[in-house]
Amino acid sequence: MGKPQELSPFEEIVLPHLSAAYNLARWLTCNDTDAEDLAQEACMRALKFFGSFHGTNGRAWLLAIVRNTWYTRLQKCRVEEAGTPFEEEIHSGSHPSPDSAALLIAAEDRELVRQALEGLPVEFREVVVLRELEGLSYRDISEIAQIPVGTVMSRLARGRRQLQAQMAARMQEKD
Amino acid sequence: MNCAETQELIHGYLDSELDLVTSLDVQRHLQQCATCMQAYKNHRIVQAALRTSGLYAEAPPTLRERIRALTRDEMESESPAPAKAEPLAHRRPWQVLAVAASLALVAVTAWVLARATSSRPGGLLAQETISSHVRSLMAEHLTDVASSDQHTVKPWFTGKLDFSPQVKDLASQGFPLVGGRLDYLNDRPVAALVYRHRQHIINLFVWPEAEQPSAPEKMVSRQGYHLLHWAAGGMNYGAVSDLNEAELREFAYAFQQ
Repeated sequence: MGKPQELSPFEEIVLPHLSAAYNLARWLTCNDTDAEDLAQEACMRALKFFGSFHGTNGRAWLLAIVRNTWYTRLQKCRVEEAGTPFEEEIHSGSHPSPDSAALLIAAEDRELVRQALEGLPVEFREVVVLRELEGLSYRDISEIAQIPVGTVMSRLARGRRQLQAQMAARMQEKD
Repeated sequence: MNCAETQELIHGYLDSELDLVTSLDVQRHLQQCATCMQAYKNHRIVQAALRTSGLYAEAPPTLRERIRALTRDEMESESPAPAKAEPLAHRRPWQVLAVAASLALVAVTAWVLARATSSRPGGLLAQETISSHVRSLMAEHLTDVASSDQHTVKPWFTGKLDFSPQVKDLASQGFPLVGGRLDYLNDRPVAALVYRHRQHIINLFVWPEAEQPSAPEKMVSRQGYHLLHWAAGGMNYGAVSDLNEAELREFAYAFQQ
């Protein structure tokens, strides 16, 4: 439409991370439509507050806005209505690891892995998503989720243990 | 390093978040302890599964396009826009700001003009007129004619004023025209030319002044607003905005060319 195609600082620094924003949004909201709404709303808020952004890590900044927007607005996720709550007390501590072979087979089933991740409580799920899917450092995760690094580690630990147990359990259900 | 410590540090180890010394300690323990090695292998399996199961949700192209369009829409209201023939759209965020700004602008203007033209009669009457004008502003009345085209705004004043204000297109200098309004200052009808710079509204009041064909510029500030008054070519100009002084002067300079 005749407008210059030069990218503004916002478009250069923040918009390239739209997929990261959408990915986190998708794993927080558990459905595509809500994820799109959340990502869009977060981007518009980021644009509005871009003047106060003085750092260099546009991705972490945008993800923090996604998370913050979600926690103050949308909070509906299927897992809260899902079946039996996972009894973590039984599975924490020094119980034996599942059989690696079984876990390997479970790992090949994409849908099974997806369900296991969706089955995590959201505080664990978001940390696992930021770490494993987004590849962020503990420090970035701590800033985005507004928790100390020690809490990042402990939530990761519990999330990973639950994932293992869920994957093994779902594998057994299939047999 | 024992099993308990390793179990704690295993996650940092998995994520390469440990310092070199600690990470070597963990590695050494794993090589010596089958139980911990088993746990580590399982974590690796799950880690790999998460990364390769297509779980990463890419933003759909439609979302990307929509956000890009919305962003450009917002950015456009912050940068100079080329002069358009059609009137501006009404749902611009700065318009809300403009209403609030206008209220304060009129108050400042009244005060300044009262000072600047204290020798003229009718100062008190001007205050009353401004009060009724402020009331009309509260109904969101920033422009009577909303157009960024000088060729639309200038003729609009014909028949409404006993003079014809010069309306300039300053969009290329960063001050796009928003529209025009009939206003009353110091007991006479004046033209109010409304310009915008980024998110700031500038009201440029214009009225004829017979006594002083030209006068030096006078900058007055109050409550965060600035008024720059000058006279040229037999006309008085009062530019009011919450823009900083330097940029207000830039505007005045651009208009004076």
